[in-house]
Amino acid sequence: MLPVHLQFPIRGGDFHSAGEASSGMKKALSKLGVDPSAVKRASVAMYEAEINAVIHAGGGEADVEIFADRVSIVIRDHGPGIPDVGLAMQEGWSTAPDAAREMGFGAGMGLPNIQRNADDLTIDTRVGEGTALTILVRFHRPAPTAPGPEA
Amino acid sequence: MRLCDCVDLLAAEVLVPAKDMETEIRVACGADLMSDAMAFACSTNEMMLTGLVNLQVIRTAEMMDVKVLVFVRGKRPDPTMVELACEKGICVLRTSNPMFTACGLLYQAGIQGKGA
Repeated sequence: MLPVHLQFPIRGGDFHSAGEASSGMKKALSKLGVDPSAVKRASVAMYEAEINAVIHAGGGEADVEIFADRVSIVIRDHGPGIPDVGLAMQEGWSTAPDAAREMGFGAGMGLPNIQRNADDLTIDTRVGEGTALTILVRFHRPAPTAPGPEA
Repeated sequence: MRLCDCVDLLAAEVLVPAKDMETEIRVACGADLMSDAMAFACSTNEMMLTGLVNLQVIRTAEMMDVKVLVFVRGKRPDPTMVELACEKGICVLRTSNPMFTACGLLYQAGIQGKGA
């Protein structure tokens, strides 16, 4: 029954497993019958945030809560923090290393992409301590009340 | 355009078949930057062409609900990528055509880009 609460670890620097958390959330939303456009927006936003945690912050964890009318995604890391959030939100601005660029990321589109797909985005960051991104995506139609996804 | 006709047009090798190779492909995008693909092509793309070969291409396709991935310039995905695409139900093709030519052939045959 809703709400469904999911937690995923995010391993830093591991481009092999990067995306597994977002994939797990996408699967859960689809299983619950959430409308596909909201599933896609939530998946893209979470995937970009997950990739950011992998690239910049040595990993972290994802906390997902699925309600009948929305999903709330928190990506928390213990990385270096973002010194200038305004700058980081600009398309094209990036501090990503070459390894990230080789994977097709690091073009400075991550945070703008998250913002574009989220109905609400909160960035709580402290330099030297870490960053928590809270992404909210509302569903166009309520998710049918369904049993929680298999563990 | 039917997927099987895209295969013929691109002289592509089918690495992971779709459940239905007769499925209609109407919209496609081409990108080597995955964030760009998600930023500018995240509407209704049924096919994505790319020259980038790594696991995150499959993940990106998964997040974007892309049904068909086409690796251009003769790039060959490794077995891990093929396995993940198979698991996610994403059809994978490979063509020796370069990106520009592959996109041009598909566009000429009626496949549209985003917003068309």
